[in-house]
Amino acid sequence: MADKQQSGGETPKIELRNVTKRFGPKVVLDGLSLTVPRGKSLVVIGGSGTGKSVMLKCVLGILHPDKGDIFVDGENVLKMSAADREQTLRKFGMLFQGSALFDSLSVWQNVAFGLIQGRKMKRAQAKDIAYAKLAKVGLGPEVGVLYPAELSGGMQKRVALARAIASDPEIIFFDEPTTGLDPIMADVINDLIVASVKDLGATALSITHDMASARKIADEIAMIYKGKIIWKGPRAEIDSSGNDFVDQFIHGRADGPIKMEVLKP
Amino acid sequence: MNFFAIIGRVVLALFGETGRLALFTWSSVSHIVRPPFFGRLLGQQMMRIGYFSLPVVALTAFFTGGALALQIYYGGNKINSENIVATIVALGITRELGPVLGGLMVAGRVSAAIAAELGTMRVTEQIDALTTLSTNPFKYLVVPRLVAAVITLPLLVLIADIIGIMGGFVVGSASLHFNSGVYVTNTVNFLKATDVTNGLIKAAVFGFIIALMGCFHGFNSKGGAQGVGRATTNAVVTASILILASNYVMTSLLFAK
Repeated sequence: MADKQQSGGETPKIELRNVTKRFGPKVVLDGLSLTVPRGKSLVVIGGSGTGKSVMLKCVLGILHPDKGDIFVDGENVLKMSAADREQTLRKFGMLFQGSALFDSLSVWQNVAFGLIQGRKMKRAQAKDIAYAKLAKVGLGPEVGVLYPAELSGGMQKRVALARAIASDPEIIFFDEPTTGLDPIMADVINDLIVASVKDLGATALSITHDMASARKIADEIAMIYKGKIIWKGPRAEIDSSGNDFVDQFIHGRADGPIKMEVLKP
Repeated sequence: MNFFAIIGRVVLALFGETGRLALFTWSSVSHIVRPPFFGRLLGQQMMRIGYFSLPVVALTAFFTGGALALQIYYGGNKINSENIVATIVALGITRELGPVLGGLMVAGRVSAAIAAELGTMRVTEQIDALTTLSTNPFKYLVVPRLVAAVITLPLLVLIADIIGIMGGFVVGSASLHFNSGVYVTNTVNFLKATDVTNGLIKAAVFGFIIALMGCFHGFNSKGGAQGVGRATTNAVVTASILILASNYVMTSLLFAK
């Protein structure tokens, strides 16, 4: 089996090859293949329940695929020892859909968490970095001592973004970064995402069903449907994809090849 | 639905759950001995699991000791052997009632709290977030709770033993009119060190069960508020049943002549 990637030219930052994941009888990822080029921002669009989140969690090792291979920097993460895997995880940062801030810790402790617990950095140094990252996402030092429950959804999202970029990751995952935000705050978050990815020179993989967000943060867009990637191309080509599924999705039409599993009255 | 299909489904679910629990236990225990260690978290959990359980365990032990003294007195009275009260109270508390009732009270308090806390962290993706921040959730969440419970439960039960015997003494000397000197002598003379230590071994096992059930059900909760509620209930119920069942096994192993 392929422990190293065999491909000509530059190795992609992330590659998923024929990844299959099922929960009981339900096939969520059905032989999904996808590559994310180094330093690019790829956005995967698709409806609810098409396997977007499961795909991210497979790459992170939170879920284990039943079949297939996942490469990060050309190394097959599914065949690594636990120690190597933990080492590889240090390259990642992730912004969760519901922010997933630790509610028992203050804002700055949340942002510094990966540095203090994961990398054993001195608290004082980590605190300085945390406040610098908070400033980057437009939050003043007065926010640092608050607790997540005291913040609005938009602010929580920004804190979560600061936490995701705190350890200067090479790869950042964004899970529905604008869900639940008003359009203006969503745009603020989109701008912050673009800025921070550019700033770090990171590779970004996002999943969303918000087309405005996808158009803003993507270099490339891929569409997932029934556990497979059915289209992939540069952002500029999304409107002329010639793919009926993509057209239906980006225009938000109820009628088309994608049938929602709802009972008609 | 087909009758046999129902039976099959139940059996499969049971085996599945048992297997998941075995894997979870193995992961938890193997992480206890592997660095990094989180000493501060361990201290925190010892306070929460041990120190803050003191009042409830002490009160339980005191009233149980008192009630036990009364019952043994009424029973012993019928065969003219009231003077066994002190001995039986001491044996009953240290061998059985201290560990079991203490364990059950802490199970209600601590298993529920752990399951609710970790369950909420699970459904809000905080446990996944730990993984993405280079922190192993077993080491950060499960190990401190397990170790804290295994250390503090014997300490709690030791205190419960003392207070339970004291409860018997108070009832014995105040309302049953025993000579307090004789009562103490009877307690000390018939109580062996192994009665106490075997009780404390039980307590350590109960501590493991309490924390493990809280963590296991919390970790595996899904589906929002209802899921967390179910995890909490399951944690307390399974911890209690496992405490009682393992107590029987340990009694037959430790105290069998």
